[in-house]
Amino acid sequence: MARKLPSRDVVIIGLGWTGAILAEELTDAGLDVVAIERGPWRDTAESFNVGYAPDELRYAVRLDLFLRPAQDTLTFRNNLSQTALPIRQFGSFLPGDGVGGAGVHWNGQNWRYHPTDFRLRSHLTERYGASAIGDLTIQDWGVTYDELEPFFDRFEKIAGISGKAGNLKGAIQQGGNPFEGPRSDEYPLPPMQMTYAPTLFAEAARSVGYHPFPTPSANASAAYTNPLGLTMGPCTYCGFCERFGCANYSKASPQVNVLPVLMRRPNFEARTECEVLKINLDAAGKRATGVTYVDTSGEEWEQPGDLVICCAFSLFNVRMLLLSGIGKPYDPATNEGVVGRNYSYQTNSSVQMFFDDKTFNPFIAAGALGQSADDFNGDNFDHAGLGFVGGAGMNCVPTNGRPIQTRPVPPGTPNWGSAWKKATKESYNSAFSITSQGSSYTMRGNYIDLDPTYKDRFGRPLMRLTFDFPDNDIRMSSFANDKLATIAKAMNPRQIVANKTRSPYTVVPYQSTHNVGGAVMGADPKTSVLNKYLQSWDVPNVFVMGASAYPQNAGYNPTGTVGALAYWAAHAIRTQYLKNPGPLVQA
Amino acid sequence: MRRAAATASLAAALFAALPAQAVDRQNFEQVERGRYLATMSDCVACHTAPGGKPFAGGLNIATPFGNLLSPNITPDAATGIGAFSDDEFVNAVQNGIGPQGQRLYPALPYPYYHKMNRADVLAIRAYLNTLDPVSNAVEPNQLPFPFNIRMSLLFWNWLNFDKTPLVDDPSRSPQWNRGRYIVEGPAHCGACHTPKTFLGGDDNSRALKGAVLQGWFAPDITADVRKGVGAWSEDELVAYLKTGVIARTSASGPMAEVVVNSTSKLTDADLRAVAIYLKGQKAGTSGSSRPPVATDPRMIAGKAIYKDSCAACHRENGEGIDNLFPRLKGSSLVQQDDPTTLIRMVLEGSRAAATKARPTGAAMPSFAWRFSDDQVAALLTYVRNGWGNSASSVGADAVKELRGSDRPNLAKTGQQ
Amino acid sequence: MSGYALTRRYFLGSTTLTFLFGGVASAGARTLNGQPPWQAFTAEPPTPQIGNGLLFFLPSEFTTLEALVARLIPADDLGPGAKEAGCATFIDRQMAGSFGTYQRFYMQPPFVNGTPQQGTQSPNVPHVIYRAGLAALDAYCRATYAGKAFIALDAAQQDAVLQAAEKGEAKFAGPVPAQQFFNLLLQNTREGFFADPLYGGNRDMIGWKLVGFPGTRYDYRDHATKHNQPYPLPPVSIFGRPDWVKG
Repeated sequence: MARKLPSRDVVIIGLGWTGAILAEELTDAGLDVVAIERGPWRDTAESFNVGYAPDELRYAVRLDLFLRPAQDTLTFRNNLSQTALPIRQFGSFLPGDGVGGAGVHWNGQNWRYHPTDFRLRSHLTERYGASAIGDLTIQDWGVTYDELEPFFDRFEKIAGISGKAGNLKGAIQQGGNPFEGPRSDEYPLPPMQMTYAPTLFAEAARSVGYHPFPTPSANASAAYTNPLGLTMGPCTYCGFCERFGCANYSKASPQVNVLPVLMRRPNFEARTECEVLKINLDAAGKRATGVTYVDTSGEEWEQPGDLVICCAFSLFNVRMLLLSGIGKPYDPATNEGVVGRNYSYQTNSSVQMFFDDKTFNPFIAAGALGQSADDFNGDNFDHAGLGFVGGAGMNCVPTNGRPIQTRPVPPGTPNWGSAWKKATKESYNSAFSITSQGSSYTMRGNYIDLDPTYKDRFGRPLMRLTFDFPDNDIRMSSFANDKLATIAKAMNPRQIVANKTRSPYTVVPYQSTHNVGGAVMGADPKTSVLNKYLQSWDVPNVFVMGASAYPQNAGYNPTGTVGALAYWAAHAIRTQYLKNPGPLVQA
Repeated sequence: MRRAAATASLAAALFAALPAQAVDRQNFEQVERGRYLATMSDCVACHTAPGGKPFAGGLNIATPFGNLLSPNITPDAATGIGAFSDDEFVNAVQNGIGPQGQRLYPALPYPYYHKMNRADVLAIRAYLNTLDPVSNAVEPNQLPFPFNIRMSLLFWNWLNFDKTPLVDDPSRSPQWNRGRYIVEGPAHCGACHTPKTFLGGDDNSRALKGAVLQGWFAPDITADVRKGVGAWSEDELVAYLKTGVIARTSASGPMAEVVVNSTSKLTDADLRAVAIYLKGQKAGTSGSSRPPVATDPRMIAGKAIYKDSCAACHRENGEGIDNLFPRLKGSSLVQQDDPTTLIRMVLEGSRAAATKARPTGAAMPSFAWRFSDDQVAALLTYVRNGWGNSASSVGADAVKELRGSDRPNLAKTGQQ
Repeated sequence: MSGYALTRRYFLGSTTLTFLFGGVASAGARTLNGQPPWQAFTAEPPTPQIGNGLLFFLPSEFTTLEALVARLIPADDLGPGAKEAGCATFIDRQMAGSFGTYQRFYMQPPFVNGTPQQGTQSPNVPHVIYRAGLAALDAYCRATYAGKAFIALDAAQQDAVLQAAEKGEAKFAGPVPAQQFFNLLLQNTREGFFADPLYGGNRDMIGWKLVGFPGTRYDYRDHATKHNQPYPLPPVSIFGRPDWVKG
């Protein structure tokens, strides 16, 4: 029997980026907030300091900072004809854990989704007709880029993003992304120093008529103090970015950019190593009364609250809703229900180049240090006659030269022996890859529900993920890969190796942790879980943050838009909901 | 004892800025002034145990002679100071005499508080009276024989208790005089920053030139350009005391607590007065030991260690990052005669003060597990003498002594 | 008076770090408010896997393991190989940690064979993969090479065995298929060759020197824009490099 605790105004599940943002905003509004995080407390000087942060085996290979599958995982299958089996070792994606969440160990590539992304179905229908979309289940988000613009700006200033604006209030700027949505202000920091490989890429991309620009980066290009008074140091190009915490306060994270101010507030409390089991509802199922969680000694507690905000990683937000009975679970057979519907991912490919005459120093790197080109992303180009919709960002962001995992060798090289050794030595410093990070459009068979067989350590069913790449996306990615090859040729390497996206999707090799959807936002409660303010249609005192709200994915890293939506939702709560608790949008 | 008390009262009466007044519980201004002065005197820092109620005593204070526990100064009648008369309170704070006539140990810095005027002390009393009484019985005297005999303080006071009252110097500005009042009175800076004689009293011939206290070295804060605050501007000093973090350095260790609990809450005018006074102090003489030459093996090894472990934050040129990673080049803290604080920071780590103006609280990690005593010694020798710095070298023995037995360097232990 | 050893922890600021036992909030959890918590000396450093002796393998198993890694990354004109780098020691130390039992992975039944896209569904953990795999390897060698165990074969024969295992052509008796054994062995050998030397492999930073990886360096600001110029400094590991010791 769970012991009941004193009630709080707000209960937040998970203390990563969105948990920290919502907590900061709502404590600033005077509310009493408790954040419950299932992982441990993490802090720069103790958890990832310069003495032991640069340890590839510990963090990149054994995944010290990540969620352990033994703690929680998913089952997976490609389609309905298969039986889902557990992901026993994470591969394709790596969910985070602990205070700071993925904000601790992300690369820091920070984007705004494009204006057309937010009204994708309408836009593509207008331009190409409904037949171009076929049976893809893509949807409009219910919120526009223009509505979100001030909140993109807010997140970028809190995080100290380094970059160059390409479109300032409608005027195209030299050196930035000419395809981006209009910005009200420049980036808070200028672009980073460029290393060799991205410089070559930019020259080559320009030479074939594309428009490269510095990748927008959360690795600070200079020391910076954000609007909360928190200070970042300058990035030192150490090459231990993704999968690692930053030791010198230069990668934007909740720890650096929000938490020290949040923790000082007497109306905020964090509870770590406590796992929320479910959100509790009243007898009618229309109002959340709080959450039940379990601590590390197995003791259950009930934390009542007036407002519950789900701020876990996208996948686990969806599972929380399923386990709590909030919203109707999606059934692909009937295409009815909403929770678990429209799961999508990222469609990536790469082109690898081997040179004879160049030294790239791949270990001098950062997670978002590089150059990108948006010429074939989204709907930035005419799709007439191409046979697919969507597109991909073309990126040259060689994030590391860590030798356990980054040892390019030409195809045909044996996996071991002296020949392997020779090729490894020769290629290590003289090869690099460029990538396409493509949109992932939704279809009926790609969804999340609860597994009938496998359980977690509390006996709750694991999440079941059913997913494969739609044919549309395979075609899109092949096209984008060909464009990458065009750039590669212009760099004149000794050898070009194209690695196209292959079907079926496999959970084994790492691809991306951009799992999105399953609790999507929209204008229609029949096809979405949340309204435009990320508020549950079914239980109005529950809000669900994160990329679980994305009806489909665009060709960008999700975090920048996750941050903007969090500030947007906080604003709506502060200015509308608190004055008049209840549905903010009439269904 | 009575004569001392009478002298103190007379002095207070003669030199009080305001007419001597009793504590008036209804006097809002007096209570507010008392709260401000209690903050300036930082009573709460010593009179609060970790996790305990503020001012309720019980903090273990390690002195060179043994341990004391701070008493309960909430107005509880039985276990606090609720039953003290005003005179008894003043006598305790300014003369070190308790209500039963017992001598108080100078862990309570009464030689400093003696320099305050009586009205200010009474204001503090008025403020303390407004606190919730907390029942917490503390036996302060935890010292071993013979120090636990309070009468021994008679001799100590005779040697060390200078009862000369503070008189304004007319040749100096009112701000300088106010700064002196604060520094030598309620803020009792010399209690940490003035070197001690072997009996634990202040060596006033070297006032504010730095002292060791509980395993820290509180640095020289005279106007010495290399080792003191001589190279700091007044504005820097004010900002340091107010926010804990300035471009060149951050307050950390015990000083971070002083900033957070005390100086960050003082008025700008008072902080500027303190800055003016400190900058007007005489500079000290330079250290007597010869610094090592660049080819000294410790300098070479230290430079390699620095490049690999420290430069990512403090930069290869030693200039750090403004308001985040302290500057080591030209740093007064780095060039103190006594390297205790430096050794301690490398071994155990350190966190900067976090105030509302500068909330980051950047922390330096602990390196005890990573470096041997020799490596710490080499590293600090390099830091103390690189980039134009000049100070004595650091020996491995000093590191070993400070490290203690339970913080080994892991490279030597590992798995068996 | 610096004879004060740092045996007492120093609590900083107005941190409220409450471990509440019984009473209101959770016993097995941490409740945090005030300032982010900080204590002197707090760190989570890695434990160096040094010293002699074996933590998991029997001496005979270890000898075979050394012979195996020596073929996977041989000593040759490019320099020392996996054996010299201590990869076998690395693997032994890994077996003694959480990796050896796949403690972090989801190892709940039922174990059902799936598609390649669903990832490994084997219940075998590294302890079993190595112990049973090494035994099966020698049994296979004896059956194929007239009674000789792996260590008794010449280099060409050893390579042939490894190739057969890699392709899944070798038939191993027991619970561990040859390919599973080979894949783990290759993965761990590479890890051992390139991981920080504190884990028992990459001795003297042999692996890092082979490719030119500077190790745990954390500041390349002075070289980032020096395009196409080799990086001049030697590698350094978590526990240092030779230059850290005064000559």
